[in-house]
Amino acid sequence: MSGLKILRIGPAASVQDLGRPGLLGQGVSQGGAADTLALAEGAALLRQDPGLAALEMGGMGGEFEAAGPVRIALTGAPMAAALDGEALAWNASHRMEAGQRLSIGAARGGVYGYLHLGGGIATEPLLGARAVHMMAGLGRAAEAGDLLPAGTGQSNEAGLVLDAEERFKGGELRIVESFQSHLFPAAVRARFAATAFSRGSRANRMGVEMVSDGEGFAAEGQLNILSEVILPGDVQMTGDGKPFVLLRECQTTGGYPRIGTVLPCDLPRVAQAQAGAALRFRWISLEEGLEIQAKFEKTLKALPAACRPLVRDPAAVRDLLSYQLISGAVSAEADPFAKGEYA
Amino acid sequence: MESQDAAAYPLVRRAGLSGMLVSFGGSLSEASNRAALAFRTAVEALALEGVVETMASLASVFVRFEPSVLPHGRLEDALRELLATQDWLQAPLPAGRRFWRVPTVYGTDLAPQLAEAADAAGMSEAQAIDSLGAARVRVLTIGFAPGQPYLGSLGPEWNLPRQTELTPMVPRGALVQAISQFVLFSNPAPTGWRHVGQTGMTLFRAEAEQPFALRPGDEMQFEPVSKPDFLKLCEDDPLRGGAAAQEIQA
Repeated sequence: MSGLKILRIGPAASVQDLGRPGLLGQGVSQGGAADTLALAEGAALLRQDPGLAALEMGGMGGEFEAAGPVRIALTGAPMAAALDGEALAWNASHRMEAGQRLSIGAARGGVYGYLHLGGGIATEPLLGARAVHMMAGLGRAAEAGDLLPAGTGQSNEAGLVLDAEERFKGGELRIVESFQSHLFPAAVRARFAATAFSRGSRANRMGVEMVSDGEGFAAEGQLNILSEVILPGDVQMTGDGKPFVLLRECQTTGGYPRIGTVLPCDLPRVAQAQAGAALRFRWISLEEGLEIQAKFEKTLKALPAACRPLVRDPAAVRDLLSYQLISGAVSAEADPFAKGEYA
Repeated sequence: MESQDAAAYPLVRRAGLSGMLVSFGGSLSEASNRAALAFRTAVEALALEGVVETMASLASVFVRFEPSVLPHGRLEDALRELLATQDWLQAPLPAGRRFWRVPTVYGTDLAPQLAEAADAAGMSEAQAIDSLGAARVRVLTIGFAPGQPYLGSLGPEWNLPRQTELTPMVPRGALVQAISQFVLFSNPAPTGWRHVGQTGMTLFRAEAEQPFALRPGDEMQFEPVSKPDFLKLCEDDPLRGGAAAQEIQA
């Protein structure tokens, strides 16, 4: 079986897929990749199913050696990547031969980078999924010495590139009201949307802290509510009225009141915001939310068609003129590097 | 403000973009929890296309669904129709429940906060062991961690507030107490509840054919044993520490 052997790895790397829906009633949240858009992008670049598992790398990557010929794709937070010392494009798919070494450095923007294998990472499923769920004690972080086995794929395509949606610098988060929103006075809800937040220092796969100047966002009767189901995207106020946006590996129930729920399609933006990134919330209606989410799901389906052949670094192409004649699309204004991220 | 008026319940509310929450009370009671357990079973039996999963929390039922298949209005109608079929506060508990008897060490170095809890409840340690050890409690809901039950209700003398400081770590199988409930821990974790007893129960094993030991609605009793007896039970039965279950006849 081919795959990648991990020679070196950062402390927050784990195999992730779309997680385990259906176990909420047993205390296990769905979990899965913090940035599910990155999963879909990697799948599109390798012409395979977005439900396949990839390696999620928090903050920094590692060093890997191919156990046999294998296709890879790199998505999510852009990180410097090189194959046997030669820079590789991010948001792109590539080939590795047996013995070749892939090194992935620190994130240059965003938090979670993803390394995908052709055929997916075929670790043993646990309770129906391969996603490591730290909180539930399902699986463990990736370690040096681990083999990431590649599954058997239908496609053999590589050398594709994709324009990734910008989601690594914070921005606007769209939020709908939920069953505890009314516990917050209307003035508090309005102030919440008018406040400039930045991502706090406390953040992991379970949730992300939001910090702001001025007073907190307290609910009425904050200490007295019954523990209730938690949804990914819920914005929970801790005792001092400080918001946390909860992510897919959150607990299943909790007693802190929640002011609303961030749309699923905006959660990658939350997870990928680096410490200090500026974020804002905007209230939208349920109808708007459903429309936005449906549109996002449509763009996910369109990702495979949006992949283009990866244009090689022209510096490495001997005859630039003939290259231009072939492509017929390079003008003096066009930046051939704009599409892929180069190291 | 959330209505605390009992007449307002049951409440059907939206939860996020693709969830619906049916609540039977703003506070926990035997009846509101029983209603939640019974209603969840009934929602599951409807087998509505587009429902992704359901969960019973302390006094509510959560339904996650796919709005493109099952629009909000249609699910809400179906839930209201089901609510109207009977008085759910009078509903019997679902079938298939079990009664667990779990050997438990109270106090000692294995459960060092018994004395503190007894004191807060105004009892001697011996009285506290008698009281807690005789209580037959129900799995009110499972949550927070895999297979981890909230158990209740204990008498009002056990309506103790959570600690202001966290207990840094309790082991798997720890029985902790606060707000007239127990929680039995499935994994080592910090807690704001007091560690009053220790059991040898394993609640969750990912690799097992039946990964979760408990079901919501199961009943449990934590029967006092001595520390030497407990250690022997754990040696003989590393998975359950001597705990045994029997079916509750409907």
